[in-house]
Parts: sequence; structure tokens; C-alpha cells
Amino acid sequence: MHIPDGYLNVGTMVGTAAVSVGGVANAVRVVSKKLGEKQVPLMGMLAAFVFAAQMLNFPVTAGTSGHFMGAALCAILLGPWAMVIIFALVLMAQCFIFQDGGVLSLGANIFNMGIVGGLGGYAFYRLGLKLFGGRLHSKVVPSFLAAWFSVMLASAACALEIAIPNVTPPLSVVLPAMVGVHAIIGLVEGAITVAALELIRSTRADLLELQKA
Amino acid sequence: MKNKKWWLFAFGFCLLLATLSPLASSSPDGLEYVAEEKGFVDMERSSPLSVIADYVFPGIENEALATILAGWVGTTLMFILAYGVTWLVLRARGAKSLLKTD
Repeated sequence: MHIPDGYLNVGTMVGTAAVSVGGVANAVRVVSKKLGEKQVPLMGMLAAFVFAAQMLNFPVTAGTSGHFMGAALCAILLGPWAMVIIFALVLMAQCFIFQDGGVLSLGANIFNMGIVGGLGGYAFYRLGLKLFGGRLHSKVVPSFLAAWFSVMLASAACALEIAIPNVTPPLSVVLPAMVGVHAIIGLVEGAITVAALELIRSTRADLLELQKA
Repeated sequence: MKNKKWWLFAFGFCLLLATLSPLASSSPDGLEYVAEEKGFVDMERSSPLSVIADYVFPGIENEALATILAGWVGTTLMFILAYGVTWLVLRARGAKSLLKTD
């Protein structure tokens, strides 16, 4: 759901970019306070994993594909603000080197996937932990919810930004279409997120216990 | 060094994912699909940049190979970039706290 250039009006681009800059600035502040040397390799590995996994589009319905996003996974492993840094870096590289996502809409893409999707999805993780906490494998359901909602929220934000300032296409058409496709993509997001966390839990459980930012 | 092996394995896994990229579905993603269906795909402006455009490494005839190479470059670059930026952020903090205590 990387928005190319041309879809957004100036106000939307400036507004979302301003929030993204603020978000990244806060992320740097929080990460510099809370992370230590132990988390540095995982920051690199998650960025590499998110990049590689985002290249692998899988078929969703006839004629549509989707790919893993990874914001929920990053936020669960290293904390929501560490995730914002990873996403800002991945989206910048995708935009400037691989021409995936527009240059002028970079702020909107960080806003959608990192801030709205990532931070929003993480809020559902926290909510899920409160509801299901204390049980065996109690993090599976919250992780799945976080992943599904991260994709749904990001796609909804994307639809709102494209449709609200424009008369065509109307929001009543774009929003259900975007959210509908991403409801399915979100299920795969949830499955991959849970599988990745389980794989880490069974091989390097200590990585789940790192201090988060 | 059990941990070192784990990191190497994890990075190898990321490279393996990138190697599978030619097998990815070439159908439009959710947003592109909606844009095509709902008739606003024409609003798209192509990027002024062309470095490794559309994940195809330039100058290589075999498209699958060019995609794999783009994937390897990107995956490696992302590891270095995120590792380096985080390291710099933490180092800046270290320098600040040294100044304060001196």
C-alpha cells in the first residue's frame, strides 16, 4: 500500500509528513533513552526482514496481491518507537532506491504504515495482553490482533487520504474496497507475525525479553 | 558462539526470502488494484529517481536475476542502515551523558 506520487493533494502530504517527522523525532528520543547495545543487531535484522518480506507479494483474490507489512512484529519485539525508526528507514530506502512509494508521499507512507498502522496495531496488542494476559501462549492472540489491525488501520488511512480531498473517487467507494482487500491481507499478516514470534520464542526466547522502546 | 550462528542464520533466512522474490505474485497490490478498479490509477506520477527502479537491478538482462540482486542489495543495505542508525543514536546519547558527568 505504498502510495505513489500524484494520488495526494498538497495539504494531505504536508500534514502527514509533519506528523511523521514529529513521530520519528520522538522515536529517536525514546530509542536513545531505552535501547542498549543488545537491541542493535535486532534493529538491523528486523529492517532486513521487513524489506525482504515486503518483496514477496502473495495472491489475495483474483487479480490482487498483498505483502507482509511487519509493523506489528517490530513493535512487539522492540517496542512501538523502535518500530517507527525501522519503518522510516525501510520506507526511505524503498522510495529513494527502489522507486516503491512516491517521494512526495513518503511522509504519508510513514504516517500510514508506521504511525497509524504500527502504533495503532500496537495499541491492540496492549489491549489484547490485558484481556488475555497470564495464560499459556497468552501473546498469540494479542499478536495476531495487532498484526491484523495494523494492516486494516494503515489501509483505512490510505483510503481516507486519497479519497477525502478528491471528489472522484468517492470515499464510499475507496474505503470499503481498500479495507475489504486488506481484511484478507491482514489474516496473512497475523499468521506470519505469530509464526515469526513463535520461531524466535523456540530458538532465542531471550530476544522476546529485551527492553523495548 | 551459539548466538552468532543464530544471527547468521537469521540473515541468511532474510537473503533466502529475497532470493524467492522472482516467484512473488505480479498482480497489483491492494492499493494499485483499487486504483485500477476505481479509475484513479492515472493520477500516478512516476518517480523522478531511477536507482534500482521497481526492484530490478539495472544492466542485467535476466529479470529474475536482476530482481534477486536488487533484493540482496536492499536486504543487506537495510541491515547496515538500521544497525548503523541505531548505533549512532545510542552513541550520541553516550556522548551526551559523558558531557554531563564531566
